[in-house]
Amino acid sequence: MSNEELSRNQSSSQTQGDQMQYVITAENLTKTYGDVTAVDGISFSVPAGEAFGLLGPNGAGKSTTMKMIGGVSQRTSGSLSIMGLDPESHGPEVRAHLGVVPQQDNLDEELRVRDNLLVYGRYFGLPMSYLRPKADELLEFAQLTDKAKSKVDALSGGMKRRLTIARSLINEPRILLLDEPTTGLDPQARHILWDRLFRLKEQGVTLILTTHYMDEAEQLCDRLIVVDKGRIMAEGSPASLIREYSTREVLELRFGSERNATIGAELEGIGERLETLPDRVLIYAHDGEAALEQVSARGLRPVTSLVRRSSLEDVFLRLTGRSLVD
Amino acid sequence: MTEQPSPSVADAGSRGPAMLRAHSPAVSAARARRWGAFYYAEQVLRVMKSYGWTIVMYGVGQPVAYLFAMGVGLATLVDTNSGTAFGGVSYLAFIAPALLISAAVMTAANEFTFPVMDGFKWRRVYYGPHASPLTPEQIAAGHIMAVTLRFLLQSAIYFAVVALFGASPSGWGWVSVLVATLAGLSFGLPLMAYAASIKEDKGQFAMVMRFIVTPLFLFSGTFFPLDSLPLVVRWIGWISPIWHGTELGRVFSYGYDESPLLTILHIVFLVGLAVAGWMLTKRQFVRRLGQ
Repeated sequence: MSNEELSRNQSSSQTQGDQMQYVITAENLTKTYGDVTAVDGISFSVPAGEAFGLLGPNGAGKSTTMKMIGGVSQRTSGSLSIMGLDPESHGPEVRAHLGVVPQQDNLDEELRVRDNLLVYGRYFGLPMSYLRPKADELLEFAQLTDKAKSKVDALSGGMKRRLTIARSLINEPRILLLDEPTTGLDPQARHILWDRLFRLKEQGVTLILTTHYMDEAEQLCDRLIVVDKGRIMAEGSPASLIREYSTREVLELRFGSERNATIGAELEGIGERLETLPDRVLIYAHDGEAALEQVSARGLRPVTSLVRRSSLEDVFLRLTGRSLVD
Repeated sequence: MTEQPSPSVADAGSRGPAMLRAHSPAVSAARARRWGAFYYAEQVLRVMKSYGWTIVMYGVGQPVAYLFAMGVGLATLVDTNSGTAFGGVSYLAFIAPALLISAAVMTAANEFTFPVMDGFKWRRVYYGPHASPLTPEQIAAGHIMAVTLRFLLQSAIYFAVVALFGASPSGWGWVSVLVATLAGLSFGLPLMAYAASIKEDKGQFAMVMRFIVTPLFLFSGTFFPLDSLPLVVRWIGWISPIWHGTELGRVFSYGYDESPLLTILHIVFLVGLAVAGWMLTKRQFVRRLGQ
């Protein structure tokens, strides 16, 4: 017990140190599997309380980065510090700070919903006197109170995801790692989850999240990095990324799949940038309506036209390309 | 492990007396470093509880069936007059330790295969605790501890039934419960290392049952002394944890007369195999979970 008291004091004195400015610092973080470089020298820092996103196509290195932050996968080179600790030498100490929501649920399906929380809390050495009321509180938070006694395999996908999030909160972590938290969920379930995550953010929990849903990133992230092929392509807030890599508005025109490819030359000079896709032509412009008027003025008659605000998706596709990644 | 963390003053004021705070991450880590294996064993035992009835039925039903069929039924056909054939004891007393040991080994063949595959691949249950302060070694150790407890419980039930049948004449018969547990680990831990290395289920475990466990069960001096077999198959017994365990069990349950050197060899063989299996398992868990 005296050892534990000692370490408790150490950790509280640490919180006053300057190490706590950033809860996570990665420098030149690299991970290779044989010949494959999954993460290729990325650097970033996350201050306490921020919602920080990693965006990228499949295979970009997001999950590998998350595993290294989570202290379960050793880096090949570079440096990494979580709450001032190196996860390589202080794995259990680092993991004790974290709550982790993995990409695939790994709940104990044979156990009942509430028991999943209790058992997980035990891994942190938390006593039952704490865990019982905490489990009830978290079930309430995850809107699973009336499922407390159900077996896990009877839950829907969204419920399992919420239970996984509740489980990750059992040790009251100040850093939550979420690897594609809403993939595979229906819109209702996603919105409930976003709401829960937003509340945690309000409580000052640092959120680190990977996603390939751009609306999710815009909703939740204060700042994000776009990762592709293991490297950082861009970094900033959603709004600043849109400002930097896209225009304010986008004009989408459809001329029919045969004409789309050839119409490019005739649209030259309208807007700031033109992108020809198989099904439509995108004109990036500050003022979409004005661009549309210019199109009409040239005597061109698109089948459909749509003016919309630029989104993170435009930035993402511009930075990571439109070819399919499998 | 039951002390209550004291709620901070602020919390008690603002959110009611029921609110408790988790202890600090440093405390979590210190406790996990110390007790982590036990924490994971607790999880495995909770899961076992969900099929606890099967465990008890297996523990009681199997010995009753075997002892009746073999020890009572088959025994009427076995020549019990040749006093030296079965060490001067009844056929029932001769096979009882063998059945006890075999049951533990068969349990090992179940508990150290499918659940391990479940942990790494099917439902990925090891990856939950792996994200907590627990280490891969502790997850492996916790799994083993829980199964060891099952060996002990099941063997104790088995032994109680054997004793009720009057098939354990010596006062030291209860030691065979420990021997059975050791034999289960000695067979099970190398198997666990193998199970942890399997990436794709192609029916390997069914093959292990059919081509390893069953021959070992039949040719390990289980139903007849090993030396009544020709040398061509006798080696199966020599490398079999069931044979080494059974011979040890016989020493304790009816004072089977063998050279003390051989007794020591049995123990060294069983312990050696278990330790080697543990080292390999540990390495495999660290490697696979750390990927």
